[in-house]
Amino acid sequence: MKGAASVLVQFALGLTFGLGLVIAGMSDPAKVLSFLDVAAIPTGGWDPSLAFVMIGAIGVTFVGFKLALRRAKPVLGDAFHLPTATSIDSRIVVGPAIFGVGWGLAGLCPGPAFTALAGGGNAALIFFIAMFCGMGSARWVANSSARSERAIKRS
Amino acid sequence: MTAANFTPIASLVGGMMIGVAAVGLMTLEGRIAGVSGIASRLLPPYADHGFTGRLAFVLGLAAAPVLVLLATDDMPAVTLAAGPTQLVAAGLLVGFGSVWGNGCTSGHGVCGLSRLSGRSLVATLTFMAAAAATVFLARHVL
Repeated sequence: MKGAASVLVQFALGLTFGLGLVIAGMSDPAKVLSFLDVAAIPTGGWDPSLAFVMIGAIGVTFVGFKLALRRAKPVLGDAFHLPTATSIDSRIVVGPAIFGVGWGLAGLCPGPAFTALAGGGNAALIFFIAMFCGMGSARWVANSSARSERAIKRS
Repeated sequence: MTAANFTPIASLVGGMMIGVAAVGLMTLEGRIAGVSGIASRLLPPYADHGFTGRLAFVLGLAAAPVLVLLATDDMPAVTLAAGPTQLVAAGLLVGFGSVWGNGCTSGHGVCGLSRLSGRSLVATLTFMAAAAATVFLARHVL
């Protein structure tokens, strides 16, 4: 029963996240690009909405995470899965730099890539499929370099 | 584009809903609401048994505009000006980069910054700068 509850809960949370994106206007790549177009600041055409999305989201999450992590474990899970890495390595700069170029080219990041599917036609679908190809290849490269590192350590 | 497009209240409220979803996923499932992490783990190899839950989360995301359509009779606008080649390039870069850097706008930008993670701050500043530079080049230089 816990399994079924967990699946329903995650659907509801994905829906809430998606409705948040739509209400915030972030489901429209044109609005995202008009935030990223900082050259429009002096001409008065800049749309700072995305900054307000981040303020709202971080405000709630900052407080909510503190409260959530007071618990011994999550309501439906065995343990909290938090990132453990702290080092500033090359991947934490190179990855976001590559992601940012793609984000600037189309105005879509992974969340809005999903909300765009219903109303974005073939253009959204093309982006979506390419995004999954990119994700798969990054995982493949990361896994094969981890495999070869282990092989070097063994030899 | 005019400043008339600025939607401070709606964007703040929508952002807070994203925050509620992130807090909900942490409280109930103990997981970070990072869409690139959730989506990319739908692909093999599988390290845990979270597939069904992740699929449910992204189906919820995709269902959101449909719910808005049913409630308001209006499909939320998705304006994609980029051509097919540019969309393929953009998708590949977004997919590869977000997985290579362990997160995107939601995982690093929302959840990571909320956890005061130094890595997420570096990541967020980097993708914001790269995206702004790309838009600048595409709109004002090339």
